Amino acid sequence: MYVLIAGGGKVGANVTRSLLRQNHEVTIIEQRPDRFRVLEEEFDYRVQRGDATELHVLEKAGIGRPPDLLLAVTGDDEDNIVICEIAQKRYFVPKVIARVNDPRNQTHFDMLGVAPTVCATSSIMALIEHEVPESDIIRLLQLREDELEIVEVPIGNDSPSLGKRVEQLKMPDGTRLISVAREGRSEIATASTKLEPGDRVLAILQPGCEDELRRVLLKH
Amino acid sequence: MKAIIIGCGRTGSSVAHHLHDAGWEVVVVDEDEEALSNLGTRWPGRFIVGHGLDIDVLVESGIESAEAVVVSTDGDNTNIVIGLIAQRRFHVERVVVRVLDPARAAFFAERGLHTVCPTSIAIGALTEAALVSEMVSTEGASI
Repeated sequence: MYVLIAGGGKVGANVTRSLLRQNHEVTIIEQRPDRFRVLEEEFDYRVQRGDATELHVLEKAGIGRPPDLLLAVTGDDEDNIVICEIAQKRYFVPKVIARVNDPRNQTHFDMLGVAPTVCATSSIMALIEHEVPESDIIRLLQLREDELEIVEVPIGNDSPSLGKRVEQLKMPDGTRLISVAREGRSEIATASTKLEPGDRVLAILQPGCEDELRRVLLKH
Repeated sequence: MKAIIIGCGRTGSSVAHHLHDAGWEVVVVDEDEEALSNLGTRWPGRFIVGHGLDIDVLVESGIESAEAVVVSTDGDNTNIVIGLIAQRRFHVERVVVRVLDPARAAFFAERGLHTVCPTSIAIGALTEAALVSEMVSTEGASI
């Protein structure tokens, strides 16, 4: 596969190294002279010097072929958005992945249809939620395009659903239980699955249904 | 009529004054507090310190009820993204964005964003001025 990488910082350089090891073809674009020199020593002709938001730089790097995948991983969110817009709409690059530096800009990537995105801060926050669980819904996965999310819900001693079978629960519209994990084993939730304290339930829901799900599974 | 000017450098501040003189209500946004000085000592409109990509700042500026947004920060890509947000998220009728790079200005203009490229304007004006002076000198020679 041919991959074009915009941004030769830590992320860009390490992804380049990994992809080359897997025998993919890579071109990486870096603007800063100091970084360019270091990258060129390691990756030789695979490094293109210049501003990856300029069309002629992208073209010199081979965006016209087009690449199978473009990664926009500069340290600037506006640059990453513009690079992806140009790649998708002008050069018909089939797949882009963008880095979000400031999680507050996530909404702009989403609105402009730049997806998928990776945001280190948001990932760390999600891990913190998972590792330091308060008795609340834990967001595991956001399926942005489908407008669905998968969450984990710990069933505590005070859960209103305790001792009830799934078919007895009044699950709110837009939510559904997927599975129940108990003592290290997970099973698909069926109508007859009974909820016990300490269970960890996976649920899929539409955004905005969190409060109703809380009411059913967490507290009165 | 209300206009939001994002980026208060030489260009943004002058546009702000022109629109104000034309009777518009003008709100200026810049992330640098010091940029206020570009508006002169007696700027009668509002000035908000904040980044043009910050949705809260845009809402505070009154973008939801603005007829026009002029984006003129010192970053082409910042201007483009703010312009797209003003257009697609806040549905502002007239959005004008300064883009120095002619290629990017042309591409985003094709995609429906009203871009103004000072570089292209300068190229055109300089070329025209050179051609005119050539014409004048040839005419002079023929007399």
